[in-house]
Amino acid sequence: MVRPRAKLRFPWSTGRARLLPLAVLALALTSCSFIEIDSPLTIFEPAGPFAERIDGLFWPVFWTAVVVFFLVQGAILFAVFAFRDRPGRKEPKQTHGNAALEITWTVIPTLILAVLAVPTVQAVFDLTKCGDDAMVIEVIGHQWWFEYVYPEHGGITTANVLVMPEDQEVCATMTSEDVMHNFWIPALNGKRYLVPGQTTILRLQADEPGEYWGHCAEFCGLSHSLMRARAQVVTAEEFDAWIAAQSQPAEVPAEGTPEWEGLQVFLNKGCTACHAVDFADGSGVDDVVRARGTFRGPNLTHFASRHVFAGAYLPSEDIGYDEALTEWLANPPLVKPGSFMPDLGLTGEEISDLIAWLKSNT
Amino acid sequence: MTATASRPAATIFRRPAATTGFWSWITTVDHKKIGVMYGYTAFTFFLFGGIEALLIRVQLAGPNGDFLTAAEYNALFTTHAVTMVFLFVMPAAAAFMNYLLPLMIGARDVAFPRMNALSFWIFLMGGLFLYSVIFFSDPQAPLGIADATGTTVAGNLDPSYNTLLGGLPDGGWFLYQPNAGPSYSPGLAIDFAALGLQILGVASLISSVNFIVTIFNMRAQGMRLLRMPVFVWMMLVVAFLLLFSLPIIAIALFMVTFDRSFGTSFFQAASGGDPILWQHLFWLFGHPEVYILILPAMGIVSEVIPVFSRKPLFGYAAIVFAGAGIGFLGFGVWAHHMFASGITPVAQAAFGLATMTIAIPTGIKIFNWLGTMWGGKLRFTTPMLFAVGFVSQFVIGGLSGVTHAIVPSDWQQTDTYWIVGHFHYVLFGGAIFGIFAGLYYWFPKITGRVMNETLGKLHFWIQFIGFNLTFAPMHWLGLQGMVRRTWRYAPEMNMGPWNLAATVGAFIIALAVLIFMVNWIWSRRKGQPSGLDPWDARTIEWTIPNPTPEYNFASNPVVHSLDDFWHLKYSEDDEGRPVRRPDADDLVVRLDHEGRNPTEPIHLPNPSYFPFIMSLGLPMIGYGVIWHTALWGKILIGLGALTTIGGLLGWGMEPLEEPHDDHGHDGHGEPAIAH
Repeated sequence: MVRPRAKLRFPWSTGRARLLPLAVLALALTSCSFIEIDSPLTIFEPAGPFAERIDGLFWPVFWTAVVVFFLVQGAILFAVFAFRDRPGRKEPKQTHGNAALEITWTVIPTLILAVLAVPTVQAVFDLTKCGDDAMVIEVIGHQWWFEYVYPEHGGITTANVLVMPEDQEVCATMTSEDVMHNFWIPALNGKRYLVPGQTTILRLQADEPGEYWGHCAEFCGLSHSLMRARAQVVTAEEFDAWIAAQSQPAEVPAEGTPEWEGLQVFLNKGCTACHAVDFADGSGVDDVVRARGTFRGPNLTHFASRHVFAGAYLPSEDIGYDEALTEWLANPPLVKPGSFMPDLGLTGEEISDLIAWLKSNT
Repeated sequence: MTATASRPAATIFRRPAATTGFWSWITTVDHKKIGVMYGYTAFTFFLFGGIEALLIRVQLAGPNGDFLTAAEYNALFTTHAVTMVFLFVMPAAAAFMNYLLPLMIGARDVAFPRMNALSFWIFLMGGLFLYSVIFFSDPQAPLGIADATGTTVAGNLDPSYNTLLGGLPDGGWFLYQPNAGPSYSPGLAIDFAALGLQILGVASLISSVNFIVTIFNMRAQGMRLLRMPVFVWMMLVVAFLLLFSLPIIAIALFMVTFDRSFGTSFFQAASGGDPILWQHLFWLFGHPEVYILILPAMGIVSEVIPVFSRKPLFGYAAIVFAGAGIGFLGFGVWAHHMFASGITPVAQAAFGLATMTIAIPTGIKIFNWLGTMWGGKLRFTTPMLFAVGFVSQFVIGGLSGVTHAIVPSDWQQTDTYWIVGHFHYVLFGGAIFGIFAGLYYWFPKITGRVMNETLGKLHFWIQFIGFNLTFAPMHWLGLQGMVRRTWRYAPEMNMGPWNLAATVGAFIIALAVLIFMVNWIWSRRKGQPSGLDPWDARTIEWTIPNPTPEYNFASNPVVHSLDDFWHLKYSEDDEGRPVRRPDADDLVVRLDHEGRNPTEPIHLPNPSYFPFIMSLGLPMIGYGVIWHTALWGKILIGLGALTTIGGLLGWGMEPLEEPHDDHGHDGHGEPAIAH
């Protein structure tokens, strides 16, 4: 047999320095603990009973896995160091197997898994059916934004920000009007697909008021990565107030004001092909847009009541509200690839008027 | 014999005779040459897939990256997956299977040598066809959605987002409908993907039948099923998985092609189809596919660890049956890819439990590899390093895999980078480390030389560090909510540092692969000659000279036990420790001499043009289907069909033997037997 000749020698080829790569790796892995800032999408900060239920399942499994990990990796490392070929080491006994051991390492994992299976199956059945007192909110997926409809509150239609009261179960009743999406607010529950032509449900509930981030988790085309969501959890009183405000029609601004100019831009530049605004006189374009099916933009009646737009992608840390809105209206597909809102060639003045009008839609 | 004598030798059907040079490769039916071609082709695609991965990682190195456009990013992650799964890991396994399987069962070739060549050429045509979309993508084509007539009615009409790379298939390797359907992906890219995968499936299906027949019928005398090397067993399981899973994806891909090209609506919800049906069909293939990718590596590792532990494989039967068990269970867990899709709680619970059970046979394998090393005399050559690296990292992938079986937990983790980390530990830390172990281990069989050990160890350590630096942080990122297939993430998400680490890791992997390539090229010419038995090996592929003679075995081997070669060299003392037989060194010298000097003429299958010709027809049909509305598209379908059927006819009418004249390899060309 060949004893390969080492033709190249590196410092770490010999002696204790062989451990160097291992040390580097260990350092890299332990540095995990230095970064403790959670993302707003983290699953480690469950904010309601359903996410907590999942969290409660995750950790026992995680720690079991950690124990198994250290036992097996420890055994591998032990074997690597204890049984490596050293000068004078005797030839090993030719063992072919051991029935008792085989049974042991079949039965023990089976038992561990059986223990884990019980709460798993219970949680599956508990979490896939909404409670009787749940408030229904419809979630409709579009490329690339989420629409929310409140059928128990006169069919209020909003987008991007899901407003819901604290301590109240929400039964999200979900579908999609184009491709498959996947609705996910990590702090409130796991995720569920939005399937065109089908309805899926997801239980959501938050214990405390607050803002929780969400994201579309299923690849849904060009701007999948920019299809985000927010859940705005408010107190019961705030929620009632919000419902009352959302139930109001849009106000027609006084003629001659920038807001009025902005409305003219909205009505005359093609925006109404996709966007509805509910005016007191019942005009607005909602029915037309609905009848057309899939190509629908968010209802703008209370646009300014939402602090994010463009699929909850804007504004962000990098760019403020007005600036982001200006860029967005100037050339939407440049901001959000594939956006169905085309570049309408608006002038700077038209954009600022439009923004003035949009911001008046509180 | 005689079939040839009685038939006039029509020149068009003459067998090719070249044994070297370009045409010998085109016409070869030698399983070794085919294996080598599979290997080099697969490795080339590995480099493609790797470059795609690096581009992806550069884009994700920091928040709001602008290195790639969204269209390019989506195309690259899709093509990276398709390439690595179908054009690298599967054909790399086919390379090992082709080259080694006949050697390990003591055969001179596979059961159907021309079909074997056909598999390779169809695979190559499928890969080239798939990538050829880049020549046909229209950089000026508008993006967006199309109505029923295919006219783009809305969407981004700004062509600056569509570039050359953006023309690659972009629907995800899973081609979820309706996003990858005619309305939402109106370009040609998905058509090329669906038809390309279809062609690749034909290649794998042919291979699987060929190897099942070979394993069942062509084993050497005494090579009972339970004396076969574990690699052969795992390949048998893989062949059955291919045989049963490929027809499912073939049908499903046809349905996609019909939806896209011929106006059906199997999966298009807008016209009454069911997109969830596609998911079922895809994963009913897709999950066994995972085991198709990993079992060959498990087979390789099961060969390497005993040799370098100087012990027989611990629990041989347990490992074999665990492998077969994984194969069976692999067909019963597909819906764990769909726990978030809204399937019923009963289905979720059932598939969750089934998924848990997979951990049991997988654990059995890990423990038995560990048992093999335990108490051994471990030599950490490069193949052994990669094999132990495989075991260690596969454990991580297996443990993170168990979390998917905890269904509600999976609702949080699915479609996040947790999954990306998980399956790269299985497919890179597992399959690719296994493939490298096999390349270093069996390199002498191809070249008669061993690869440089210093470079090999350097390769291992750099790859090990780079791999963990790339993929370990992805687990964390996933739990922090980083969704998969995301072109950008916001700075507020605090995902920058670990993404940067992953990007650095990816380039470290690239460095490791470069070192491997240098080593391979250098060692082919300058590596130390290996002799017959460089590793003191156990199995019969090492009883023949290196590089392997064209005829494999000079005389048909007879097998007396598992690890037959080892028992020829070693007896055991009272304590059960191996003692090298006094004549073992002489035996090795004798085997080398006898292996090079066959005593009687050896019949080998003759080369043939027709597998190559047949394979040419399939991409022609593919292009024809894509442009079927044009007259020339229809003509191309006809020409493709004629080429394939013509090739088949030629194949059928080809004489079994050319009358022996110029097949000069001291007598091997003589027609001794006709089948």
